[in-house]
Amino acid sequence: MSEGPRFTLDGREIPLVPGQTVIEAADAAGIYIPRLCHKPGLEPFGSCRVCTVKANGRSVAACTYPASPGMIVESDTEEVNAHRKLLLEMLFVEGNHFCMSCEKSGNCELQALGYRFAISAPQLEFQFPVRDVDASHPDILIDHNRCILCARCVRASRDLDKKEVFGFVGRGPHKRIAVSSGTRLRDTDADVTDQAIDACPVGALLRKRVGFAVPVGRRLYDKVPIGGVPPAPEVPVSEEKRA
Amino acid sequence: MSTSLENAVVEVCASVGNDPSRLMDVARDIQARFGCVSAEAIDGIHKHLGVSRPTVRSLVSFYSFLSEEPKGRIVIRVCDDPVDRLFGYERVQKAFSDELGIPIGGTTPDGAFTLERTACIGMSDHAPAALVNETPVTDLSTDKAREIVAELRAHMSPERLVKKLGDGNNAHPLVRSMVKNHIRKAGPIVLVEHRHREATRKAAAMSPNEVIRAVKAARLRGRGGAGFPTGIKWEMARAAPGPRKFLVCNADEGEPGTFKDRVLLTEFPDRVFAGMTIAGYAIGAKEGILYLRAEYAYLRQFLEDVLARRRAEGFLGKSIAARHSFDFDIRIQMGAGAYVCGEESALLNSCEGLRGDPRNRPPFPAQKGYLGFPTIVNNVETLACVTRILDAGPATFSEYGSKQSAGSKLLSISGDVGMVGVYEVPFGVTLREVLELADGRETQAVQIGGPSGRMVGPADFDRTICYDDLATGGAMVVFGPDRNPIEIARMYMEFFEDESCGFCTPCRVGNGLLRRGLDKVLAGRGEPSDLAQFEEVARTMKATSRCGLGQTSFNPVLSTLTSFRPLFDSLVKEDPKKFRRSFDLEASTQEAARIRTGGAR
Amino acid sequence: MSKPRIATTSLCGCFGCHMSLLDIDERILTLAQLVEFDKSPINDHKDFTARCAVGLIEGGCANAENVHVLRRFREQCDILVSVGDCATMGGIPALRNMIPLEECLREAYVDGPSVFNPEGRIPDDPEIPLLLDKVYPAQEVVRIDYHIPGCPPSADTLWKTLTALLGGTSAELPYELIKYD
Repeated sequence: MSEGPRFTLDGREIPLVPGQTVIEAADAAGIYIPRLCHKPGLEPFGSCRVCTVKANGRSVAACTYPASPGMIVESDTEEVNAHRKLLLEMLFVEGNHFCMSCEKSGNCELQALGYRFAISAPQLEFQFPVRDVDASHPDILIDHNRCILCARCVRASRDLDKKEVFGFVGRGPHKRIAVSSGTRLRDTDADVTDQAIDACPVGALLRKRVGFAVPVGRRLYDKVPIGGVPPAPEVPVSEEKRA
Repeated sequence: MSTSLENAVVEVCASVGNDPSRLMDVARDIQARFGCVSAEAIDGIHKHLGVSRPTVRSLVSFYSFLSEEPKGRIVIRVCDDPVDRLFGYERVQKAFSDELGIPIGGTTPDGAFTLERTACIGMSDHAPAALVNETPVTDLSTDKAREIVAELRAHMSPERLVKKLGDGNNAHPLVRSMVKNHIRKAGPIVLVEHRHREATRKAAAMSPNEVIRAVKAARLRGRGGAGFPTGIKWEMARAAPGPRKFLVCNADEGEPGTFKDRVLLTEFPDRVFAGMTIAGYAIGAKEGILYLRAEYAYLRQFLEDVLARRRAEGFLGKSIAARHSFDFDIRIQMGAGAYVCGEESALLNSCEGLRGDPRNRPPFPAQKGYLGFPTIVNNVETLACVTRILDAGPATFSEYGSKQSAGSKLLSISGDVGMVGVYEVPFGVTLREVLELADGRETQAVQIGGPSGRMVGPADFDRTICYDDLATGGAMVVFGPDRNPIEIARMYMEFFEDESCGFCTPCRVGNGLLRRGLDKVLAGRGEPSDLAQFEEVARTMKATSRCGLGQTSFNPVLSTLTSFRPLFDSLVKEDPKKFRRSFDLEASTQEAARIRTGGAR
Repeated sequence: MSKPRIATTSLCGCFGCHMSLLDIDERILTLAQLVEFDKSPINDHKDFTARCAVGLIEGGCANAENVHVLRRFREQCDILVSVGDCATMGGIPALRNMIPLEECLREAYVDGPSVFNPEGRIPDDPEIPLLLDKVYPAQEVVRIDYHIPGCPPSADTLWKTLTALLGGTSAELPYELIKYD
């Protein structure tokens, strides 16, 4: 074991580099903490709260909370996972997520987390909000129905593309992504090669004319869960035994 | 862009030294001049202030008092907080609406009037109340609403609506307001004669560390409700390295039913400013900001005048109280209508000309606050206490109140009581004693406002007001026997749903889930599983929300559920056939039936 | 002991979930040995003949008739299972939930580019069930005991769930079988 500062994550001692957040240290140690708004390479944001962990008994967002030597972090516990599951359900019912007709399906991080947490159907009431689609740009589509307000496009456009195409307007339940021109994406300097488009975890920001290019079965999360191997189901169902 | 708009933008930007962090002032100024911050104006601000368009739009769309769409020359904002609703908001709002011929949210075709609803404007002792531009109009009735519209049509001057002036400084030439202070009980700590000059001089004669020690010896804790020890907070900022430091006074009281800071700022601004000056000295800040909520804009000129006087007297500016290097000055930062800005890090963002989203912590404001410099944000009442501690000595302060909670607390009491108003009570007083003071009879429930605000019933009336029991920021709304506690809890949830900044998932979605759940229960369509879901949603909000708003906003629901469980149980039922009671076949086919018969909507 | 009875229905769905059920291939023979089909489009029984152990619901509720059928299933079945995205979440039919009902009907019967309807009449025969204001997932109309997502759920998913339920255990699906598309 190497020398240097360490902290405990779910019972495992892992090293930390001063200045690292909990999620960065966990990633470096190969331990996955579920997340949506966090993306390595982008400034930590902390809006989705899916990466909530308990640090020394206090709930914090792993993506913004600094790792410190000796701290005890609990992540993969029944209690924390129950919060994550409810947060995911909130995101599902808050927007209009029709996976069967979404090009992002199979590669969508929200959907993949739904799978990982074995959400068969959200138990919260669906809100079916009325939201816009901006298809004005020749190469890029914004579908607000699917947006989870994670600001990954905002940050990527600002910090990686150096453009600041996206921002937020409104507050509370009326908060949504807006573009710098004020109205339509086509009037901005957004370009099909922008990293902002790849930054979107869901199908809210898509390149046009790509469609369902990768067949079912070969998409990112068809076989392997987001973040790696799934925990085995508590009561394994074996068809052979029952048949 | 029209020349007049362009010129105005150039002028307004220049007036803040083209400083991008003063975007809030620029936007407010443009809004006041043009009735909106239009897309064109946003372009202009982008060009002249060097702030990106999304940042400007984000700010304009965040605050209730700013808008991209043009508003009328006179904006009437009727307060719809719970107290106002219980005392006639609907009637008054309808009278305004009928008289103006526009619905809530509408603007008259001639561009003269806009009618809006707004969250608590700090006039619950005057409910129902409204703001006409910056002028508060109080104790409204339908007749008064009609008169107001008729008068405004005649002279278009909100100030002239004020005929009978309120008491104290409400009658000051720079205030000229019909608001009354309603000070019902003055205690020996805050609402007592202060020698604020004395206090400042005493501080100047001490070292900053001695001042901090005095505040610690007095055991002063933050009056916003969370109760963090003020001295410890100051020590953190004093110890934090930084070429500049800031002291900010949080005058954004926005919790429904609170108005005691309004009274402090009206009657005792010197106590507050002296407290800021002393605090600045203690932490090593030379710059102070009073963040004044937009609803209290009618106090601004008066407060500016007090600041000018203090400068002239040598209590602001260079070498205060003749002490070399005791330099401190205060500027007033106006808000623009957002409850969440009462959260200290959201308030700092607002001061910097950004959306009022709270910040991630750490770093804490004491380490990295306004513009990245160590900053202390203190409540108005806390700072008034500081002045008293320096004036009368820590012992006078700490000997009053209870063992764990030193000093007194100002309460804003409104609702179903004989005597609405501001009461200064010692910590440790029971709720029953407070209700007696305010002449609350047959009280069914009390909503105790604050970060751990809750609805309590008679079973809890012997509990005490203090940090360890019923902690409060000071709002206390009393409900009589005819009120429905679930209905009230619903009003609070609607408020939090509206006022959530929308940054994090649990608060943005959770408040609405709880509000809709209460709607269901109130409609007689709830099931026991709905109550279980309230608890589940609240648990997740508490554990995962990013700031104090989402971590506590479910309290009205949970505490009402605890205090009035039989009422809930009488309303929710399990359907014996396992049909969902929330689904109403008749209501959901009504529209199709109308279309089929060709009926009108 | 008599075999447990199963009933199935397609409310506002496309019958794709029923197709998927038939897609269990030769296992359908095993299923036929295990259970008796009651009301179901598979055997074309129009109404229940007896109380059922399991009811499979495809589709959400888009009209009053869907509601009546679903409620009847709730009354007649011990365990009710939502099958597929339409039943669990509203699915494709719920795409209309964001559009006012009258606009939907006008587009379908009056204004649509391929519509020939000189009278401009929206079908109004009293025999046609009234549409609901929006499409409701099944669990918003009656209590549902289990949810199987998928559009449609794969034959394996359905098989595993059914056999588990008939075996008296709860249906825990492995990762590959929980899919929303």
